[in-house]
Amino acid sequence: MAQEKPLTEAIPLDGQALSLRGYEQAGGYQGLRRALREMTPQAVQEEVKKAGLRGRGGAGFPTGMKWSFVPMGSDVPRPKYVIANADEMEPGTFKDRYLMEGNPHQLIEGLILAAYATQADVAFIFIRGEYRLAQERLARAIAEAHTAGYLGKNILKSDFALEMILHVSAGRYMCGEETGLLNALEGKRANPRSKPPFPPVAGLWGKPTTVNNVETLVNVPHIIAKGFTWYQGLSRSKDYGTKIYGASGKVKRPGLWELPMGTTIREILEEHAGGMREGLRFRGVLPGGASTDFLVEEHLDVPMDFLEVQKAGSRLGTGTMIVLDDRTCPVGMTSNLIHFFAQESCGWCTPCWSGLNWAKQILAAMEAGRGKPVDIDKLSFQTKFLAPGNTFCALAPGAAEPLQSALKYFREDFERHIREQRCPWK
Amino acid sequence: MLTVAEREEIEAELARYPTKEAVCIDAMKIVQRHRGWVSDESVRDIAELLEMSPADLDGVSTFYNLIFRKPVGRHVVMVCNSVSCWILGYEKMREHLTKRLEIEFGETTADNRFTLLPIVCLGACDHAPAMLVDNELHTDLGPDRIDQVLEAYK
Ligand SMILES: Cc1cc2nc3c(=O)[nH]c(=O)nc-3n(C[C@H](O)[C@H](O)[C@H](O)COP(=O)(O)O)c2cc1C
Ligand code: SF4
Ligand code: FES
Repeated sequence: MAQEKPLTEAIPLDGQALSLRGYEQAGGYQGLRRALREMTPQAVQEEVKKAGLRGRGGAGFPTGMKWSFVPMGSDVPRPKYVIANADEMEPGTFKDRYLMEGNPHQLIEGLILAAYATQADVAFIFIRGEYRLAQERLARAIAEAHTAGYLGKNILKSDFALEMILHVSAGRYMCGEETGLLNALEGKRANPRSKPPFPPVAGLWGKPTTVNNVETLVNVPHIIAKGFTWYQGLSRSKDYGTKIYGASGKVKRPGLWELPMGTTIREILEEHAGGMREGLRFRGVLPGGASTDFLVEEHLDVPMDFLEVQKAGSRLGTGTMIVLDDRTCPVGMTSNLIHFFAQESCGWCTPCWSGLNWAKQILAAMEAGRGKPVDIDKLSFQTKFLAPGNTFCALAPGAAEPLQSALKYFREDFERHIREQRCPWK
Repeated sequence: MLTVAEREEIEAELARYPTKEAVCIDAMKIVQRHRGWVSDESVRDIAELLEMSPADLDGVSTFYNLIFRKPVGRHVVMVCNSVSCWILGYEKMREHLTKRLEIEFGETTADNRFTLLPIVCLGACDHAPAMLVDNELHTDLGPDRIDQVLEAYK
């Protein structure tokens, strides 16, 4: 049987956006019709829960459960909000841009369904400033959805109403962290907020707010239109549905592929990405963006789902892999990653901003041939301080992941930099 | 002083948000669209319009990558320096750009044509290396492609 690719099969191959008409012909807005016709908001939540959909923004939180934390009924604080997190600034991640540029209405329908399920009044799409094409296409699609009666008052003649606002951000990695995002939307610096309270209870302007990743949301119309049993059947693992996997680095065919959840790293890299470029060997991979631990050759048969990647010592993260080859310096790559995290740290917690800046300097010195034998211990020491529990948000633990795993798997490369007082790759 | 056009655009945004402060980033982007950058004077004018303290707005303005608090050239070149582009030759690309334009990151060419800045991952990692010119994406770059792309921005 041909593999189903519900999230991407309708996306035109010529780089254009799928039109409203094209989306409707492919079954678009049928999920919304079904929900408004025959399902209560709780029933929509329940369907998504049973489907086992987990957040695709990096943390893998169960989506239906997140929605069930939103206070419901007539005497709750209003307006309630839903937000599509389209900040996508995790280095190595490029899936949400493709989903938005290719099929903007699919995101809009997913967000309307999230709003219906949580009885929200206002929806935001929070998109990074650099994604100009996606912004243009979403703005047009939102206007079309209004005209067609999918947004505004009395949606599809029901008594459900929703306004949708496209908010274009001004750029900073921290805007993607969900409470940093809320501050950015309120016109503040994107520092994270202390939790609890969690956003579903007290979020944007103190009102109940649900934040979901773009890829998470585009799954929802299909789950509601076709049911959770169908959805579970798409997967090869205990985490359900399909996943947009990606590969960048020196593979033959970098790109994105929608595949059953649980496809192995080997299958993605060898069959879909075409293996390594001529003359290069695979050395390692960050499986889910910059803030995930390196995996190496012994892990190639690990299925890419939340559970199995975690068992292997890393995280599925965003599912977009960055491949390290044998002619690229692992110390240089780690240095580039830590430079990014140090630069994007908001400066709130000492272990994060001071620890990352220190690690950045040590790594830069090593690359420049000025490494000292104690540096390896100093770096390992820093990863302990950056670990979960010591900082206000997940940026610091995320930064520790590539560093600690590079020290584990590529230790001889670090030692060689120090011994030879130079980068052997330069 | 904000121009009438700037003021009208900012006021249109105000209708969409429950607080004035929420519009401040958009307001700075509006001014930047008209003038190329956001001066101290503009910060004061926007703060006054939105009933914020200029110090608070200044704090916000310096937090975000895409708000320019210094004058920029006619075109802004933003080069991705994140990991996938680094693997695919970011260093060479940077060398080529700084040599060709005869400026370093953060600087503007003498003829005021280009400002050169680094930027984080542009979500084009499968077509690395990548850069933006005036927020337009250019990918799969090598020295020749870079020269071609720059020629189009006068
Ligand atoms: C520093 C940082 C940056 C983040 N950036 C993003 C992002 O760009 N997009 C995203 O969807 N989630 C991002 N997240 C995760 C969000 O905080 C949040 O978990 C996610 O949007 C929830 O959506 P989901 O449950 O649908 O995955 C980031 C987290 C951290 C700590
Ligand atoms: S961990 Fe880093 S980015 Fe997160 S709040 Fe602390 S200083 Fe800011
Ligand atoms: S790393 Fe340069 S576009 Fe993603």
